[in-house]
Amino acid sequence: MENGSDETRAKQQRGLVGLSDKPSGAFDQELYGGADALGQYVTELPTEEEAANLDRQQELTTLGGTAGRAPSRPQKFAFTAPKDVLNEVAQQDAPDPFAEHQKDKTIAGREDSYRSRWRQQMLSPERADPFASQTPGPETRSYTDVMKEQQLDKEKGELIRKIQQKKRDEDSRVDGEASGAAALPAPPKKDGEKKRRRWDQPAADEPRAKASKANGVGSRTHGASEWDISEASVEHSRWDTPVRGEVTMGDEGAGASSWDQAVVSAPKPSAAVLGETPTPGRWDETPAPGATPGRRRSRWDETPVGSSGMATPGPSATPGAMGMGMATPGATPFGGTPGATPLGMSGMMTPMTPLTSLTPDQLAAMRITREIDERNRPMTDEELEAIFPPEGYELVKPPASYQPLPRAKVTATPTPFGATPLYSIPDEINAVKAQEIPGTPSSRGEGDLPMMRPEDYQYFGKLMEVSDEAEADLSPEEAKEHEIMKLLLKIKNGTPPMRKTALRTITEKARYFGAGPLCNQILPLMMSSTLEDQERHLLVKVIDRILYKLDDLIRPYVHKILVVIEPLLIDEDYYARVEGREIISNLAKAAGLATMIATMRPDIDHQDEYVRNTTARAFAVVASALGIPCIIPFLKAVCGSTKSWQARHTGIKIVQQIAILMGCAVLPHLKPLVDTILLGLTDEQQKVRTITALALAALAEAATPYGIEAFDAALKPLWRGICEHRGKGLAAFLKAIGYIIPLMDAEHANYFTREVMVILIREFQTPDEEMKKIVLKVVKQCVATEGVEAQYIREEILPHFFKNFWVVRMALDKRNYRQLVDTTVEIANKVGGSEIVTRVVEDLKDPSEPYRKMVVETIEKVLTNLGVADIDVRLEEQLIDGIVYAFQEQSSEDTKVMLDGFGTIVNCLGKRVKPYLPQICGMIRWRLNTPSAKVRQQAADVVARIAVVMKHCGEEQMLGHLGLYLYEYLGEEYPEVLGSILGALKAIVNVVGMQKMSPPIKDLLPRLTPILKNRHEKVQENCIDLVGRIADRGAELVSTKEWDRICFDLLELLKAHKKAIRRATVNTFGYIAKAVGPQDVITTLLNNLRVQERQLRVCTTVAIAIVAETCGPYTVLPHLMNEYRVHELNVQNGVLKSLCFMFEYIGELGKDYIYPICGLLEDALLDRDLVHRQTASWTCKHLALGVHGLSREDALIHLMNHVWPNIFETSPHLIQAVIDAVDGFRVSIGPGIVLQYLLQGLWHPARKVRETYWRLYNNVYMGHQDALVSFYPNVPPEPNNDYTRHELCVLL
Amino acid sequence: MSTVYDRFNIHAQLEHLQMKYQGTGNADTTKWEWTTNIHRDTLASHVGHYSRLAYLAVAENEPIARIRFRCLQAIPRPCGPPPPKTDG
Repeated sequence: MENGSDETRAKQQRGLVGLSDKPSGAFDQELYGGADALGQYVTELPTEEEAANLDRQQELTTLGGTAGRAPSRPQKFAFTAPKDVLNEVAQQDAPDPFAEHQKDKTIAGREDSYRSRWRQQMLSPERADPFASQTPGPETRSYTDVMKEQQLDKEKGELIRKIQQKKRDEDSRVDGEASGAAALPAPPKKDGEKKRRRWDQPAADEPRAKASKANGVGSRTHGASEWDISEASVEHSRWDTPVRGEVTMGDEGAGASSWDQAVVSAPKPSAAVLGETPTPGRWDETPAPGATPGRRRSRWDETPVGSSGMATPGPSATPGAMGMGMATPGATPFGGTPGATPLGMSGMMTPMTPLTSLTPDQLAAMRITREIDERNRPMTDEELEAIFPPEGYELVKPPASYQPLPRAKVTATPTPFGATPLYSIPDEINAVKAQEIPGTPSSRGEGDLPMMRPEDYQYFGKLMEVSDEAEADLSPEEAKEHEIMKLLLKIKNGTPPMRKTALRTITEKARYFGAGPLCNQILPLMMSSTLEDQERHLLVKVIDRILYKLDDLIRPYVHKILVVIEPLLIDEDYYARVEGREIISNLAKAAGLATMIATMRPDIDHQDEYVRNTTARAFAVVASALGIPCIIPFLKAVCGSTKSWQARHTGIKIVQQIAILMGCAVLPHLKPLVDTILLGLTDEQQKVRTITALALAALAEAATPYGIEAFDAALKPLWRGICEHRGKGLAAFLKAIGYIIPLMDAEHANYFTREVMVILIREFQTPDEEMKKIVLKVVKQCVATEGVEAQYIREEILPHFFKNFWVVRMALDKRNYRQLVDTTVEIANKVGGSEIVTRVVEDLKDPSEPYRKMVVETIEKVLTNLGVADIDVRLEEQLIDGIVYAFQEQSSEDTKVMLDGFGTIVNCLGKRVKPYLPQICGMIRWRLNTPSAKVRQQAADVVARIAVVMKHCGEEQMLGHLGLYLYEYLGEEYPEVLGSILGALKAIVNVVGMQKMSPPIKDLLPRLTPILKNRHEKVQENCIDLVGRIADRGAELVSTKEWDRICFDLLELLKAHKKAIRRATVNTFGYIAKAVGPQDVITTLLNNLRVQERQLRVCTTVAIAIVAETCGPYTVLPHLMNEYRVHELNVQNGVLKSLCFMFEYIGELGKDYIYPICGLLEDALLDRDLVHRQTASWTCKHLALGVHGLSREDALIHLMNHVWPNIFETSPHLIQAVIDAVDGFRVSIGPGIVLQYLLQGLWHPARKVRETYWRLYNNVYMGHQDALVSFYPNVPPEPNNDYTRHELCVLL
Repeated sequence: MSTVYDRFNIHAQLEHLQMKYQGTGNADTTKWEWTTNIHRDTLASHVGHYSRLAYLAVAENEPIARIRFRCLQAIPRPCGPPPPKTDG
């Protein structure tokens, strides 16, 4: 936004403060209308799932409407989506009631301190477009201006840093003298870490820290280093009007809010509360004559050192904005720095918006208070009348002297919220109103606008102020602004269709609106602290769309857009990063390379590291969008900059980011890229050298395994660097070498590995975590290289490696752990498994559990890769002993590593494990018998994993014992454990077979029947798997009666949420039917068609179809056709659906059943009910496709004649079914016949008819383009055109 | 209503798919466009089936290559110029 408008706003705001200091908007409800209509608005955008549900509902009613039936029976329209029948999972999971209170819903909430730094950046004024036809006026900023500003900022920053330093020295001196005054701890630089921290805080936090100290609350400390001060504080430069950053900062940490509380609780004159004090400064500021209102200032240059004065922030306080802050409850840290420019407070123009910058937390708290107050409000007359009996009491009139407090007075009382919490006058309230935040008018607005949330009010408040009538009076500019605002609100909060139209409109009219107004509205929204992911996504989409339209008009706004989009590049969410890249690349394409470079050039040596970092990333995106070659000259210039090391640093970082972003696409430009950054290796700045090495590493990684030639020139300086540097610099150089070595040929790689290994081994002992990781990585890469010999590794590397890295401490950090395991496995690949296993096997008995885990994981991976051939008897013994020990000792929650390790070791050893099996079985049996559920579960899981090996070792008897033992435990009450036990039984049954199983199947199965009723998913899944397996392989071992009983229980399982369970269930029906004959099963299933739940019926139809498939259609078809005679919609539809699935499954077998089924299908296709026709159409499709080429054309044409009239249906599912059916017929009866049908309507006078016919024609055409040639009609010639296809008339 | 219909309308995608094919039509397709497409398909089909080219070659007593060439030549404008637009 422009400065001019900011100032006017500020003025208006100040003028309005006096009026707007009423505590709450709740009293003004009659002005804004009651809130009861709010209930019909959706307060949130539906999630995808909800939206889908909603649509389904709507669609059901639609269907119901067209069918002319009451919508109260929606279940009959249930058979509508045959494709995903089994995918569907009933959605009964209640939404998390606390979900909406979770903090990280907003993007601002989850940003860490570094990521939130962008909120302190400014949206700089637009810049002149150097390519525009007219010369820019003096008021627009050109490149020169920007560069000058940058220069000034830098100098200022330097100055400030010096002043700071000086002051620090002074302070320390003063402190040393007056040791009693502890208000400001003096931190000489070399003091302990603890003291120094306070100074490390960004200057903006400083006053808070002090205040909170005065309040006795510990302040938040930052881990930033000393240099961060300068960067963080300096960054508030002259443009620095943190749009809404202050609020965000105020939200973070206890220090901040306690400061605000301190301010609120401090005694203060009421004038301050009323906001009439015009003092624009901040609380600790002595009114210096030069102090400009609305500008951030550095504190140290205006604060008298008197620390006690600082600690009592009271009386001097409060500019206007502060007063409003007071009006809000104490919990509101609003107005953290009242001196912030009005830019972020555009909402202030409207009265009664003290809450505009509330954070979601506070809003949530507010909502809760509000709701409680609603419930506790005084009762109205109507309510009392409804409760009391009509007579038996008397209404007492109020005394004549009683005057109800006039409304104006009530509202004018400057009570803080805490005292009279959001109280509204009783007679105004007729019903419990929807939650509404006081201070915002009821936001129903004009009819077609979506619900406005309180957070939105500061952006969209204007929409509320201007009524419909007044809208006509707006100036064209304002009208435009108004329209954009409406569209944005619709996009942000509207329903999906609303959003879609609004998005389309804003795209289409983008050029009419102009870049300026659009950017001025969208970009502040993007910086809102209450923005959520979905909203940001939508706004980003808007930007993306308008970019295309605006094209070069966007040029003046490129920097603004970058400021809001660049943070996306370092977002933790992958998709946000991708989105950010996409926008920037579109921006680059729209604005052109020259503009992009001119815009971003000043940021390259910006003093804030954050800005440089994001700029580098953005530049990389620009390079990938416009091509690397065109940006290389610029990079060369930047990397060779002699003016500032920051520029060189950023330039090299750009190269690094390009490599990371583009991967192997850098290969063609590898040489120039490497040459560009090469000089950086010998730079005098350490940071530059480091980033150069990192960039080389990134380039080498991207180029692997090619491109070693390009790095030739870099090898020497790298090599020298390794010998010279220590610490961080060395780490980066090592990393670079580590990535370059894999590119070399064997001989060179060997040489370099040997050379670099000396240093690596020296660095093995480093305490630095980062260095450790890099060293491990480099070792891994060196070892994996071809030319390095096993002998060398064994002798030179292994001893040091194990001594330094295989220590308990390494297992504690997740990333170290990973890296160490990977490296060790890589070494094992080179030197052989036993070498490594021998070294670590002892550690299986280490007292530290994480360490044992790491050992197990390593052994598991080594054995999986290399087998056990080289493991001798002694080692084998140690291994088993160790793993059994480790397994028994585990106590942590995550058991997967141990289980996998155990399973893998036993399975790898195979027959060699036989001698140890009794011991292992003993352990399992003992552990199955322990009171701890976890232990029992692990034991059962182990059985499932080693059953195969046991069988392999010939220990069937042992398996039998285990089976019996597990069988005893089927009464287990913990479902997790029961599931594992069933899984173990299943594994045993699988390996020993049905006949030899002990316990015998006829005993086992009756015990499983009651378990089928268990609701736990794991139990259900394992149980149905086991039952299905028995039904499949050993059905004859159980009586028919038992199977019948199981059939009934299986029906319940069709309700399961998990698809695998439902699939296993319907398959089991098939097995059972095969074993005991289909009659009973079919009867059970057909009866089940009468139930209400759709999912059950759908699964039942699938089961019927499966039974029909396994037992032959002729056994089932009579039942089905008989059942169709029942006059009940669900049953008939179920039968049709079963037929549909059946014909899909049996394929060409359908040729034997097409004639008998014709009558039924005819009837269904002539039915009034849509779903009948729809399902019958699907059936026809499958039938037609099944009998392709089996000369059933007569029946098919007959069926097609019945399907054809449905082509004009509008119900989406029905028309889809019909189109598919016609497609099926096209395949089976040939396109010629279908074309004859189509020719009737292609040239019909009615457009609607033509549309439908052409759609069908196009389908036929796509399928049979060539075959149609012989069927096209002859078209008579016209005077100008000869339509005859003469070649076709040739007859030989 | 219409929005729900639109969303579930397979035609939205179907039509998009159909658009990718050159010879498909719609309610506004004219006679000339349609027959031109038919002719092009026919000619392309001739070129694609060697036996048919051979048949035509025998019937017309021309080399196969010439028939093929003639077919290919005819493809750009098989049935003459488009009729003048009536609605201007």
